Amino acid sequence: MSDIPAPRHIPDRLDKPFRSAIFSWEALLVVVAVAIFAINSFASPYFLDPYSLSDLTFNFTEKGLIAFAMALLIISGEIDLSVAAIIALASTMMGMAVQAGAGTPVLVLIGIVVGLGCGAFNGLLVTRLGLPSIVVTIGTMSLFRGIAFIILGDQAYKGYPESFAFFGQGYVWWVVSFELVLFLIAAVVYWFLLHRTSFGRRVFAIGNNPVAAQFSGVRVGRIKFILFCLTGLMSGIASVLITSRLGSTRPSIAQGYELEVITMVVLGGVSILGGAGSIVGVVLAAFIMGLVTFGLGLLNVPGIVMSIFIGLLLIIVIALPIVWRRLRGGR
Amino acid sequence: MKAFLKYREIWLAAAIIVLIGLISTRFPAFADPGNLGQVFNDTSILMILALGQMVVILTRSIDLSMASNLCFTGMVVAMLNAAHPAIPIPVLIVIALAVGLALGAINGLLVWRLNIPSIVVTLGTLTIYRGATFVLSGGAWVNADKMSPEFIGFQRAAFLGIPVLSWIAILVIALFFVLMTRTALGRSIYAIGVNPTASIYTGIDVGRTKFIVFCISGMIGGLAGYLWISRYVIASVEVANGYELNIIAACVIGGISIAGGIGSVGGAVLGALFLGIISNALPVINISPFWQMAISGSAIILAVVLNARGERQQGRIILRKAEAA
Repeated sequence: MSDIPAPRHIPDRLDKPFRSAIFSWEALLVVVAVAIFAINSFASPYFLDPYSLSDLTFNFTEKGLIAFAMALLIISGEIDLSVAAIIALASTMMGMAVQAGAGTPVLVLIGIVVGLGCGAFNGLLVTRLGLPSIVVTIGTMSLFRGIAFIILGDQAYKGYPESFAFFGQGYVWWVVSFELVLFLIAAVVYWFLLHRTSFGRRVFAIGNNPVAAQFSGVRVGRIKFILFCLTGLMSGIASVLITSRLGSTRPSIAQGYELEVITMVVLGGVSILGGAGSIVGVVLAAFIMGLVTFGLGLLNVPGIVMSIFIGLLLIIVIALPIVWRRLRGGR
Repeated sequence: MKAFLKYREIWLAAAIIVLIGLISTRFPAFADPGNLGQVFNDTSILMILALGQMVVILTRSIDLSMASNLCFTGMVVAMLNAAHPAIPIPVLIVIALAVGLALGAINGLLVWRLNIPSIVVTLGTLTIYRGATFVLSGGAWVNADKMSPEFIGFQRAAFLGIPVLSWIAILVIALFFVLMTRTALGRSIYAIGVNPTASIYTGIDVGRTKFIVFCISGMIGGLAGYLWISRYVIASVEVANGYELNIIAACVIGGISIAGGIGSVGGAVLGALFLGIISNALPVINISPFWQMAISGSAIILAVVLNARGERQQGRIILRKAEAA
């Protein structure tokens, strides 16, 4: 009876607190993260240097910021594949503004507004017209990046102002980058939103049973629309960071990020079918992906081979609990 | 009833004819039969890939790993050909089918045996297979000068005035048509998409059928691997990067519902042709190829909007004979 899904829990906190703490997904992720950290520190003498650890954070901060909003979206049973294309479009618009002589505050505003606008566009298509989000966002993915290609062709925008470089290259204190601080603040905000507010409770309810949620007075369409806007907003913010870090815009910027963000979310224990997940898991998954890519980078493993490890990690981490349950004979 | 079932394909065919008409106002030679044959030949690979993806989407699953499978299998046959030029091409095609089948079976087993959602499995194997291509080749490319003339020439050879590549596409279309309309397996694939729970009660093994559709999409990915490499005469890790979304786009434009159970062989073929015509036409009517992405994106959104309307108005009917009786 493979296709009939088992009932899913909404809250972690109503389970027996003790057992769930030891046998939870997050615990598994912590073990994985510590293991990879240990392997890295033995594998390379350069790993435990504070500066190199600080470099490591850039591997996941930008994608992690989007992953928080994406986690909420996937918990509600939708998905957004257009996030990387939103980054490209927002970055292109910022580039155009630079050519017109815009200053740093205007650039940041443009990035955020374009991101929000694209997210709202996705949200309108999905909620107003009742379309499946996976297909809509494949469409808008081509559309947004397509517009960036039409504007830029094979050119690149450069010449961002000095003060703009801070967002992607600046440090708040010693080796703590601005991006990392932003990532941690966002983690707390999204954790609070998802696990401590009625809004978050409704997101879980929608993911578990949209029809039941609708009948119990949850405005399903409106909440989903807000979640698409949030995902767009985070992509816009990520676009500001990436553009600032690279100091240039090409239409192919952030190619393939959408799959990495979704990998991060799923690795973090968010059910792709909706209705289950936690922000803590996503934070851990972001760390793990950052550790893996950085650690292998120190060992001079090419990026494409790293993706094998990420892919294997994804499948193994998802498969482990299932195999574990099978072995114990429980269904 | 019959009219409704043909409905989407008729509209899409009409849209394609209008599109060709519009293009020929700017560039009259585009509508020549010879040129249209060329467009068909150009789109052959996308057509067969869309058919492989179609059977997966019909069962409410998705295969994101097809382009990576194509890349890996293409590298395998290219390296075999470079090392042993004596291996005849039909044998290489069988090898390509077998390698593709193996990769597809891995997806299928994970979906069937462990019940992992297909989007997660194929997201993982998408990166794994492409990474494996790098490991296999050591990052090296296989260029045209390392490939044997037969390897490159096979699909270009004309049979009855039509390239072999087009014949392969026609053969695959015919096979899929028979599979979907004349076999129990085709019927179960539709049934699973329409109602998996009811399918279980009617005695269809849902898990095993899903395993079979992933094997089919894997084999198609493998076949496309050989065709792609011998067409563009370069095998590298970058081959067909990001192409998985084009395949899905062709299916969506062809009216195959992502919610499963709705779609036809004709739709998938026409959806692929629609994209193929656009990419072939842009250069000849002096529009920058940079417009292509935005155009296909708009086409996808439009197709989804139109198809959703059709789905809401009409229930899903697969037993049309029973309906009519």
